[in-house]
Formats: sequence, C-alpha cells, structure tokens
Amino acid sequence: MVAKPGLDGHDRGARIIARAYRDAGFEVVYTGLHQTPEEIVEAAIQEDVDMIGLSSLAGAHRYLFPRTVELLKERGAEDIVVCGGGIIPDDDIPRLKKAGIAEIFTPGTALDDIVKWVEENVKPR
Amino acid sequence: MDSVTEKVIGGDIRTVARLIRDIDDGMPEVRECLKALYPHTGKAYVIGITGAPGVGKSTLVDQMISHLRKKEKTVGVLAVDPTSPFSGGAILGDRVRMQRHSMDQGVFIRSLATRGHFGGLTLSTRSAIDVLDAMGKDYVIVETVGVGQDEVDVVRSTHTTVIVVIPGMGDDIQAIKAGILEVGDIFVINKADREGTDKTLSDLRLMIDMDQRKYEEGRWKPPILKAEAVFDKGVVEMLEEIEKHGKYLMQSGGGLPLRRRKEKVREELAEMVKNRIIQGVFEELLKTGDFEEAVDSIVDGRTDPYTACDSLVIPTLGLSKP
Repeated sequence: MVAKPGLDGHDRGARIIARAYRDAGFEVVYTGLHQTPEEIVEAAIQEDVDMIGLSSLAGAHRYLFPRTVELLKERGAEDIVVCGGGIIPDDDIPRLKKAGIAEIFTPGTALDDIVKWVEENVKPR
Repeated sequence: MDSVTEKVIGGDIRTVARLIRDIDDGMPEVRECLKALYPHTGKAYVIGITGAPGVGKSTLVDQMISHLRKKEKTVGVLAVDPTSPFSGGAILGDRVRMQRHSMDQGVFIRSLATRGHFGGLTLSTRSAIDVLDAMGKDYVIVETVGVGQDEVDVVRSTHTTVIVVIPGMGDDIQAIKAGILEVGDIFVINKADREGTDKTLSDLRLMIDMDQRKYEEGRWKPPILKAEAVFDKGVVEMLEEIEKHGKYLMQSGGGLPLRRRKEKVREELAEMVKNRIIQGVFEELLKTGDFEEAVDSIVDGRTDPYTACDSLVIPTLGLSKP
C-alpha cells in the first residue's frame, strides 16, 4: 500500500512509486492524500497488505512514520513492513529506523533499487 | 465450527481480510471455510455498480455508504480494478474516494484486482461477497469496471445492478448494442450538469422502451436517474429505486436469496466447475511440462494446435476421440 500521511498535498512521488510497483507486478492500493496514521493502519488491515510505503514531503515524518508502526503493533499487525520516502534529512534516518521503519528512500534513489529492495526484503505471507 | 469461521461471523477484520486474500490467491483450504460459512450467508443485500472508467462509480459508492450509515446499516465494499496484462501488477485506487469511511467500524472496504485470465475474478468476487455477507454486513456493494465478460458476470451475482454512464458517451447506436447495458436494473447518468444529459437520457429511454412487452408482463422496468455524485445529488433517489427493485425481487419468483434463483445458481455452479477443472487439469499440464512441450512442437512445425490440444486433453480427461 502506498500512503500519504499528514497534511502534505504532494503526491506525484507517491504515484510514481505506485506505478513502478505496478510495473514490477505488484498489486498496489493507493490511499490518496491527507491520511492519518490511524486511517492508514485501518486500510492496511482491511486490505491485508504485505507492506506500507509512506510518502512525506512536508517534514512531519518524525511523528507520522513511527506512529504508523506503533499502531500496527497495537493491532497485532507488526508483520506488515513499513518503509518511508520523501524529503527526509539524513540525520533523521537512524532515529526512524530505530522506531521500526525498515528502510528510507530519499530523493535520487532509482526506482529499480526500491523495487529490488521490496522483492528482497518483503516476503508475501 | 473452526475458529476462522467463528471469527468471520464475529466480524473479526483481520480474519476476514486474510480470508479474502486466500480466496483471491486460490488457496485450496478456503473451500472448507466457504462451505462452513455458506449457512450464514443470504442475509446481505448485494448491489453491483458498474460503468466505464471515470464515470464516478467510486464517488457514488462513497455517497451511498454515507446514506446507508445514516440509517445505521453496515456496509461492505468490494472495489475491483484492472490488472495490467503486461506486468500482472495493478493500482487499486478506489479507496481514494471513500477515505472518509476508513475509521468507521460499520464499513469494510476491500480492493481486488481482476488478475488472471481464467475467470478468477468472477469466482473470487462471489466468494468475497459471501464472506462479507457472513460477517454480517447489511449491504455489500461491488464496484467493477464494466468492460469485459467477467465484469458482466460479477454484476449478475448481485440483487440490483446499477449502470453508471455520463453524458456524451457514444450515440444511440451504442445504447442498442448488446452487453453491459442489458444487465442494468437501474441506470444513473452521473455528472448530469454536463452538456448532452438529455440526449443520453432519451437514448437510454429508447433502449429500455423497446422491451415494453416484458414490462407489461410485470417485469421490472429499469428507471433512469440523473445524478451529480460529487454534490450528493440524485443519490438518495437511487437508493430508493434500489429498495423498490428489492421489493420487486421479493414479489417475483424466488424471493430475495440469490441461491434460490435457478438461473443464478446454474451460472455460479458452472463457473465453479470450470474453475476446478482448470485448477485440476490445466495447472497439472503446466507442472508436468507437457503444455510447454506442445507449444514448442507447434512453433517448430512438428504439429498443429488442434492435434496438440487433442493429445493434451484426451488422455487427461479420459475423453474419446471425436
């Protein structure tokens, strides 16, 4: 699932990622803009996804990303892998990874590398 | 009763979500579960919403959910989007229009991709309807892109099928062509603020009026409604027509349960049998390599496709040569 958490109206990146996953043969649920972590987790559970990719360009990733992981744990769905991407300062990456975000993709990452990472690290159940 | 069945009936979201995925993945173990769930089905009212891409189906469904929730009815939605024939991937974007309902515990929304070429969509969507029905949803709404035979089949497994069109799509010749327009119980012209609405209305009316003799025998005459789903115009009227159609079904032979209607059962069972044969026989041929071998021998000019087909099928099924 590709999701846009928070008050961030820029989803071109998210849509390009969704398209790249589609072309790699994945089924991608796109949530649309302005989702709360609660809404994202609820949707992910209803859709029974293997992975959530969060896109944030507005600077609130330090709250939104870990909160999503936390809620998944609360719902007993910690098996869903969470990744993030967007405008994320390098300094924040270790902190996000510590909070349970499996990987962060920053601008300039090749689409093929992102797809490859998912193929290698996300095992369908 | 096993625990999965119990949890589905209890409305456990994770169990339902996983079961639908297993159905979609064609896992053989779901069959036992569907058998156990079957006695708990038949209570939900199933509505099919279909129409070309971009006519506003998801927006319409979003508004329908709101109105049904106001009446304290619970709603399950199955939103079907096409699978890419090239990569096998899909973008399932119908949730985007329904996001305001995602925290509502009375609403369960699930996206499905059309996937393979073996009529799988029809079968797994039907089973998914059963699951949402068994979990206790009052209404199940199935949204499909109405472009192929499979999609027409899906809407046939519903109580009421709503066909959504927009002004200016095709002329009066399109309206008399066979196919999707024939399966509609209700027609909605969405985006009715646009030019050409009245023309579309009269084209549809002409098509429907051609079956006048049927209506005189007491058959259902499909109403045509104008709507602007984004502004919630015409949605209440559409739900009223759906209710009327439901009453009509109650009065006409068979009553409301879909599995009491012979033609629906015949269609569904035929589909299931075909699917099992494909699973049992075709997938076996793929596994043994016989199929690929036959492909090679046709390509190399050693045989023709008709002979190859005979030699694959006849021994496996124990058929006699024609």
